[in-house]
Amino acid sequence: MFIYGLALLSFSYLLGQWLGEILGKLIGINSNVGGVGFAMIILMLLKELFERKGWWNTELILGINFWNKMYIPVVIAMAASLNVQSAVSSGLLAVLVGLIPVAFAFIFFPFLLRFFKEI
Amino acid sequence: MEELLKVVDKNGLIVGFFCIGVLAFGSEILSKKFFQGKIPGSAIAIFLGLVLGYLGGLFTGGSKGIADIPIFQGIGTLGGSMFRDFAIVATAMGASYVLVKKSGLLGFASLLFGILIFFFSGVAVAYMWGISDPISLCTIGAGACTYIVGPVTGAALGADSDIIALSIAIGVVKTIAVTIFTPVFAKKIGLKSPGSAMAYGGIMGTSSGVAAGLAATDPKLVPYGAVTATFYTGLGCLICPSLFYLVLEFIFS
Repeated sequence: MFIYGLALLSFSYLLGQWLGEILGKLIGINSNVGGVGFAMIILMLLKELFERKGWWNTELILGINFWNKMYIPVVIAMAASLNVQSAVSSGLLAVLVGLIPVAFAFIFFPFLLRFFKEI
Repeated sequence: MEELLKVVDKNGLIVGFFCIGVLAFGSEILSKKFFQGKIPGSAIAIFLGLVLGYLGGLFTGGSKGIADIPIFQGIGTLGGSMFRDFAIVATAMGASYVLVKKSGLLGFASLLFGILIFFFSGVAVAYMWGISDPISLCTIGAGACTYIVGPVTGAALGADSDIIALSIAIGVVKTIAVTIFTPVFAKKIGLKSPGSAMAYGGIMGTSSGVAAGLAATDPKLVPYGAVTATFYTGLGCLICPSLFYLVLEFIFS
């Protein structure tokens, strides 16, 4: 049933968010820290476990995959409900911060490949 | 007309599904017909979303973009933090732990260097621009990682809505740049094998940009790049608002 996949995703999400809240409290900023990252790692590990046990079936996958595919639409909706107008006042900054790191990454990439070939 | 308004008013989230669906469809057509597939439909749709957010702010003077207009409230619900985080977590199922383990140290090093390069060069540019509070800098640096890591970090740290919007805009510029420049520079930088594609996904991180760029370079490389790129967002969401924020706080306050 699809709901099994959805429940597994929800379990990972809730556990991850909880860990994020705890970590936030521990490092003293009192908000969720990396809860989404924890949840992703938990889901990935659960996927491994379920695959090994043979429980990772099509219906279960579909339950999770719906939300996997919904991530772009959700991001579109998020973009549309933000305070873009005041962000635009620093529009050139968006372009610069969007482009300059990409240039650095292109320059760095061949060095990384070469370094790992030599090892 | 009165009846239609009543239906729209009662079913905000469903109206949101419909609006975003129409926007995504229009963007896909724009991508294929106007840009010959060179800019992915998703990147165009996110850009148009930002345009709607801009127009919403312009007409209402509010801080929630198009969602400040009552009939479009549902878009705000769909794009709110609960659905957003839930959908992001679901993308983790696209990554294979075994495949990434196979790429070994190169995959892991590329991920780490990728996030470090984007975060800190993003922070450096923003600092030179004159921004100096650690929460804004951290959100902008995270936006240079991806348009997901930016808002997640900003929400965790309590950044202003306009800084979060800026971090999304940065992430979108990055996605478009990676999509366009990947096929242009692929040969020059040695991007031709599954192993190098995995390292590339780890360095660049933006999964839609990497996937679209690799598809234009060599479709066989797409899944390899996508695997590491998917990890990038998770790792970014984990260390940007925690470790990296502490580093920035230490430096700037």
